[in-house]
Amino acid sequence: MTFQLEAAVAARSFDVSLTVGPMETVAVMGPNGAGKSTLLAVIAGLLRPDTGMAHLDGRPLFDLGAGRSAWTAPHHRGTALLAQEPMLFPHLTALENVAFGPRSRGLSRSRARDAGRHWLRAVDAAELESRRPAELSGGQAQRVAVARALAADPGLLLLDEPMAALDIHAAPLLRRLLKRVLEGRRAIIITHDVLDALMLADRVVVLENGKISEAGATRDVLQRPKSRFAAGLAGLNLVAGTLTEHGIRTADGQDIAGLHDPQLDVPHPHIPLPEAATASAAGNGVQERSAAGNAGLLAPGRDGVAVFPPSAVSVFLTEAHGSPRNSFPVTITDLEPHGDQIRVRAGGLSADVTPAASADLGLAPGMKVFFVIKAGAVSVYPA
Amino acid sequence: MNTGLRRSTGAYAGIPFWIYPIAAAGALLVMLPLAAMAARVNWANFVPLVTSQSSLDALGLSLRTSAVSTVLCIVLGVPLALVLARGSFPGQRLLRSFVLLPLVLPPVVGGIALLYTFGRQGLLGRSLEVLGIQIAFSTAAVVIAQTFVALPFLVVSLEGTLRTTGSRYEAVAATLGAKPATVLRRVTLPLVLPGLASGAVLSFARSLGEFGATLTFAGSLQGVTRTLPLEIYLQRETDADSAVALSLVLVAVAVTVVSVSHRGPRRPAAPPFGSRPVPGERTTAESAAGGDVR
Repeated sequence: MTFQLEAAVAARSFDVSLTVGPMETVAVMGPNGAGKSTLLAVIAGLLRPDTGMAHLDGRPLFDLGAGRSAWTAPHHRGTALLAQEPMLFPHLTALENVAFGPRSRGLSRSRARDAGRHWLRAVDAAELESRRPAELSGGQAQRVAVARALAADPGLLLLDEPMAALDIHAAPLLRRLLKRVLEGRRAIIITHDVLDALMLADRVVVLENGKISEAGATRDVLQRPKSRFAAGLAGLNLVAGTLTEHGIRTADGQDIAGLHDPQLDVPHPHIPLPEAATASAAGNGVQERSAAGNAGLLAPGRDGVAVFPPSAVSVFLTEAHGSPRNSFPVTITDLEPHGDQIRVRAGGLSADVTPAASADLGLAPGMKVFFVIKAGAVSVYPA
Repeated sequence: MNTGLRRSTGAYAGIPFWIYPIAAAGALLVMLPLAAMAARVNWANFVPLVTSQSSLDALGLSLRTSAVSTVLCIVLGVPLALVLARGSFPGQRLLRSFVLLPLVLPPVVGGIALLYTFGRQGLLGRSLEVLGIQIAFSTAAVVIAQTFVALPFLVVSLEGTLRTTGSRYEAVAATLGAKPATVLRRVTLPLVLPGLASGAVLSFARSLGEFGATLTFAGSLQGVTRTLPLEIYLQRETDADSAVALSLVLVAVAVTVVSVSHRGPRRPAAPPFGSRPVPGERTTAESAAGGDVR
């Protein structure tokens, strides 16, 4: 009883395979144009992929490829879509909107209205039932839209940035509501907000350029990001390179010293494990496994990443030596407020300094400075 | 509040002052001839003139045939507008050009074309003749001629509305489990109702005024094919007073139909700057999402 998808859309260089368990919520994150909405459109049946197959709880949604052309129309899929805007039918009342799905399923008018009332109550919007969409605030309309999607009893609920169009007061309310209603329900939620992923999702999938660049339990992805996008979500700097004995070496030859991360996370099925790790994983004892795993995984020459928080980066006007420190010459691209700090951006890296320090150093975009990071603050692990 | 609601909000209109005299000239061009005609009406004999048997026959026939052709325009025009706006098939652009052709074609040419289709020697007329059906020079011919010239008005109006509304509501409805027929009935048609209504009104008005194609294809038989415009043209030769009186009736009917059903353009998509939002804390995003048709 799972949802399984493999789909490719050549024109959008989209190629994704994804599995969602019966009671699982998966957050799909990624930069604009990465293919997130394409993914939902393919699942909902609004876009026909070139090749691929998908089935939901044993029912085929599509099976396309050489000699295969099975296709289930959107209204037979049970994949209700909740978009950024509520998209409530403007000519129907809130109750009629929510009753739309049950009515389309063939329920009588009165039973459909009963179902509508039930779901309006479930989203705390019972008192809005006779209002037209034009008479609802954005937050109210989106709550009614949630009720409408749930009332259709979808086998898979698709949420396309449901909080994005809401103001800062309405969003937290809807997020709490979604947390409640997504409990024990299968859903895919597209979001730009790491908070949504943390609160609502069991797993995170990062889409970049139409491909899945990273996937895993939300906590793991945020604690040990392996892609620059995921590091950005977690508010961390990430430098990719190949592993060395003391850290990593980037493609342009810069060495970054760091601490090899002693934790070995649960091996992800997507990452093939070297024999050493697999062999010892079969043995007993966590200690032994992580030690052996380290030895295997952190073998020099493997692809690896160095990750460090912006707060661990100091900014100097001249090169500061003294081991064990890393020092990079960079050119400041941007300065922006970040909490009570100033975030200094330089290329893909950032540093947090106090406003006083920023003023002392006279930081400005275009300036050449040195980013200095203690090796102890840098985690190094395989990509 | 003495200059109307829009003016009273004091919103910036963005119109240069010299536009007004030109607009006034345009309005005069339309209104002055109507006024001139109204001035020529022989009021003393007005009632007898417009209630003569031939006048009443013509008016009744015009209203009946225009109503039927408006219904035909809706029945045929809604599917046409749907496939033109939403469908995708080879020859779509060509089809659109042909459907819109009667808009620019002289009606008399349309009448000749219809004659060679449904006439006794016409393309379909010969087969229909065998079946004992004769269309040309009958009331049915009046309806066909009116539908021929009025259909594009409905298609253009509805296709425009369908395009601006977009198909996102339909996509949502489908993911909620509604089959295409349900989506059409419960979502698409209600959403485009304003466009459909104004298209139907335009079609009715065009049918009411139809002259050239009717005369060519249906002839001018009192009570059968002589509609009000034909009657007016005929009366003009012999009795100018009667023609003017009937013209005024036609103007009155047209003005009534248009003002009753066509409530003018919808309110602007974006509220003017500095206007107060409606009750509650509606943000721009939600008022955009809550607007009736985009």
